[in-house]
Amino acid sequence: MARTRYASDPGLIARMGMTMFLLGLVFVGFGVGLGYLILYYGSHRGGGGSVSDSGLIFFAAVIGIGSAVASYYWSDKIALRTSGARLVSPNDGPEAARLHAIVDRLCALADMPKPRVAIAPTQMPNAFATGRNTKVAVVCATEGILHKLDNNELEGVLAHEMSHVAHKDVAVMTIASFLGIVAALMVRFAFYSELFGGRGRSNNNQSALLIIPIMVLSIVVYCVSFLLIRLLSRYRELAADRSGALLTGQPSALASALVKVTGDMARIPMKDLREAEPLNTFYFTPALRPGQSGMATIFSTHPSLDRRLAQLDKISKQLSK
Amino acid sequence: MGFLDTLLGRTKPVPPNLDELFALPSAALTLEAGTDFKPTGSGSVCFRAAEGKAFSDIEKDVRDLLNMGSSKPVQVTTDSYRFTWLVCQHAANDPEGLVTDLHAVNSSLQNGGFGPQLLCTILAFRDSGGRSLGLVYLYKRGTFYPFAPLAGQRRDNALELQIRGVLGSDLKIEPDLGRWMPIWGAPGL
Repeated sequence: MARTRYASDPGLIARMGMTMFLLGLVFVGFGVGLGYLILYYGSHRGGGGSVSDSGLIFFAAVIGIGSAVASYYWSDKIALRTSGARLVSPNDGPEAARLHAIVDRLCALADMPKPRVAIAPTQMPNAFATGRNTKVAVVCATEGILHKLDNNELEGVLAHEMSHVAHKDVAVMTIASFLGIVAALMVRFAFYSELFGGRGRSNNNQSALLIIPIMVLSIVVYCVSFLLIRLLSRYRELAADRSGALLTGQPSALASALVKVTGDMARIPMKDLREAEPLNTFYFTPALRPGQSGMATIFSTHPSLDRRLAQLDKISKQLSK
Repeated sequence: MGFLDTLLGRTKPVPPNLDELFALPSAALTLEAGTDFKPTGSGSVCFRAAEGKAFSDIEKDVRDLLNMGSSKPVQVTTDSYRFTWLVCQHAANDPEGLVTDLHAVNSSLQNGGFGPQLLCTILAFRDSGGRSLGLVYLYKRGTFYPFAPLAGQRRDNALELQIRGVLGSDLKIEPDLGRWMPIWGAPGL
């Protein structure tokens, strides 16, 4: 039987699994905590008083589910709209033809259906892929990255992006972020209901008592899940780097692209950065100022350049053995 | 890809399907009988070279092996997308020998653990009017499709569909037309 050079990274997989497990745990804890608070305070209040609190939780959950479903179904349209990218066919000029040719070959190598291809008219060198499944996926490169990288490096970047599609990262991250969205909404609702809703039932001190623990719980859950989601996002980036490098067999090309693109990102003025930040989760490298380390890393959607380069270096060594 | 692979962000490289390749010689006969196209005796294997010594060693072995067997040396070219093409030349009436040579490339790469690097194999045909046609084998799909390039990066879709009709019973033709990728300037075509 033919040997395989594919080696999965047990450490990365264990860490990713652990992160997801913790997210699930926070999710369950949030539910149990809310249930406990309502039952406990509800019984102390003599029953019947918890309508507004249940309503609060209900609305947060409905809006949370609504926005999660919307961002899941229309992730491709949202990303294309935000970035101003347009879908291109192979006949739309030499850059489009080049992009299509590389995507064609990657699809044939990976046995994947071909995603739609788009070009974003910005000089910021970056690329993203989005879409809930391989059929509606879009791979997008900016004009900047098309000018900046040669075919070899561009192929590495696109292989990374297509790995995101293959790993169904849009679905995974949507489900993971759902909890954070609900918790954030609850904080906001609880805050407003405290501000404006309290006056009408000023005789009911219990209600105010209940809103505050719900708010505290939601804030804690939001913070913890935020950190876990960012951690998960960084692991998914590493996994996409890894799959992409193994697909092309050229980890060094991806490394070289990373160095070029990150070095360039550093020279971009702040105004562009702020406009670009909402798209960060989709991007190949984040549009942030460089030189962040330590604390900044745990809030970031992407692993540090050094970490990514170290992994690619390891894969390169594995391949040449 | 399984649920767990999705959850943990793993994609395993797709191994090539090498068996269907041996259907090519009989397809060449059918093509000759049903159309004006004849094999040119040239065939090529295209793969994405991996970096590092392990791969270059195997690549060198393959070249030595092929040069030992046939009268004409294999040509090695790298296209602008950094894919490597090994072009083998045989007598026009010897598609079996050609396919055997091409298969030697596949099995060497696969034995070295680089099977997932294989992209496609092309067998070149030409008709009396000078039109060229390639039968492309997709390793990962185990399917074939016809590719008829015209001048200026256009392709003769009518001819390709006609060939699909002729060869439908001999070869597993790729049913998804979206995967009939153009390979402009393929060496040996």
